[in-house]
Amino acid sequence: MSERLARLAVIGTLAGVFSGLFGIGGGTVIVPLLILWMAYGEREATGTSLAAIAVIAALAAGAHALYGNVDLVAALMIGLPAVGGVLAGTALQQRIPERAVSAVFAALLVASAVALVL
Amino acid sequence: MEALDLAGLLLIGFFAGMLGGLVGVGGGVLFVPGLVIFLGESQLEAEGTSLLAMVFVAVVGAVRQGGYGNLRLRDGLVVGALSPIGVAAGTVLANNVPERTLQVCFAVLQLYLAYGLARRALRSPTPSRGANG
Repeated sequence: MSERLARLAVIGTLAGVFSGLFGIGGGTVIVPLLILWMAYGEREATGTSLAAIAVIAALAAGAHALYGNVDLVAALMIGLPAVGGVLAGTALQQRIPERAVSAVFAALLVASAVALVL
Repeated sequence: MEALDLAGLLLIGFFAGMLGGLVGVGGGVLFVPGLVIFLGESQLEAEGTSLLAMVFVAVVGAVRQGGYGNLRLRDGLVVGALSPIGVAAGTVLANNVPERTLQVCFAVLQLYLAYGLARRALRSPTPSRGANG
């Protein structure tokens, strides 16, 4: 296995551990690790993270659906405005400096760490 | 369902998606409390429902970023496909390590990553795009 593939494997595994243990989407670890460990630019890291999350969330949602824990109507009610939001968010992201994304993400990680411990 | 709850749900959905697009997360951090507060779902139900909503956000966001040239699809799919190993490992951890220990360890990891990103953000305003393709 190439070192590159090994690193992707570690990132995927860590993302799975996070989402399995704490219900946090893997994004909070995928984005920083792609940037800091695989020399991704911020925009590439967030785009690639979303592709990974699509797979992770689809698998996990499928598992939850088996236990009857997925409300399709509610998912549409909150998910459709979210699709509008993600279009706005990605468009906005193209217009701000890449380093600003790192700064926002650092703040998000601190907040998440505090929430985890409290 | 009251109009105010519906408005809250739509608003929090929009902001969750916006956060997702901006920083590349799924938005679950806002979906779950939104579903609990405005729809009265249980925590477990909210997590399941949130995951489905995250699929919508992640697919649309990834396609959109692909259009901007910011998607390495193969890497993303590898990370996603290997995550079930992590979920299984997480289950083993949860059954063998005290929850408090896990929370502290992962909080420390997050703070370490925050430190790395903050240093990067402060260091230089010149991104080297494509240098590591």
